[in-house]
Amino acid sequence: MLNDIDNHDALVLGGQAFASRLLLGTGKFADASVMMRAVQAAGTQLVTVALRRCDRDRPHDALLEPLLSRKDLVLMPNTSGARTAAEAVRAAYIARDLCGSRFVKVEIHPNPHHLMPDAIETYEAARQLARDGFVVMPYMPADPVLAKRLEEVGCASVMPLGSAIGSGQGLATAELLRLIIRDARIPVIVDAGLRSPAQAAAALELGCAAVLVNTAIAVAGDPPAMAEAFAQAVQAGRKAFRAGIMTTGEASATSPLTAFLRHEG
Amino acid sequence: MQLIVNGEPCQTQAVFVLDLILERGLVPERVAVVHNDAIVPATARAQTRLVEGDRVELLAFAAGG
Repeated sequence: MLNDIDNHDALVLGGQAFASRLLLGTGKFADASVMMRAVQAAGTQLVTVALRRCDRDRPHDALLEPLLSRKDLVLMPNTSGARTAAEAVRAAYIARDLCGSRFVKVEIHPNPHHLMPDAIETYEAARQLARDGFVVMPYMPADPVLAKRLEEVGCASVMPLGSAIGSGQGLATAELLRLIIRDARIPVIVDAGLRSPAQAAAALELGCAAVLVNTAIAVAGDPPAMAEAFAQAVQAGRKAFRAGIMTTGEASATSPLTAFLRHEG
Repeated sequence: MQLIVNGEPCQTQAVFVLDLILERGLVPERVAVVHNDAIVPATARAQTRLVEGDRVELLAFAAGG
């Protein structure tokens, strides 16, 4: 029974199967060596990268070099920095030219104070990119109606936020995530806000297909150890979800309540 | 010749897009090029000629979540 649960349980995105349900963001790591050890410990197969101009003083991001030469990882460029659908679409094409990956994390958040995704621009960018053959993974508000609309235009997954990017406030949107998951026919991946492995496990128990974690691992005292802890939590949460979690209710004894210990008379 | 590279004026001796990449010390396979709003794939950079006033964006991957 346990083996049945573990086998044939790949996360499928754009027709590609992934054994790992922990996606990793590459921001905020102290150096390349720590990041690569975290990637290894997380067992992650899908990592996000950002696009930026090559400045004269910092032509290439040395942090990324070892990552870009790893052929076993799938890169998922994000469109961070885009404020409109048109900018996001342009970024997606540039990123695809750079790495050949069909994956794109559509990320459009025009306000640097709260970093909340722009639902309208995100929808429009996702629609165009899905039509153009990208594997579209939109970072989105935890809105069940929008999630359905994004599924209908051909997104490979939806990535609702648990809470604000980098905030570590966990699954503040849990009730909305529940509604999204109930109706979704594509994987629901919580992106943003997770602070601890327990929260990642909770997301998987809820029925999320995966989580995308960055800050919680990158800024931990020991990022590779935290990456491993997240990986274990994700596996535990997924296994619990597949095993069937009991419903809450009244007290219910787990041992027989016979009265043989009581002295009669 | 003067170009606008990444939004800033830039004096260059480069004749082709590939020259500009190398002149700025960039690794060609790690750079995406947008020349007057069109992406220039790696295979076309040695033949894509630059003209005074052209706008060029040179982009690369960076760490990000």
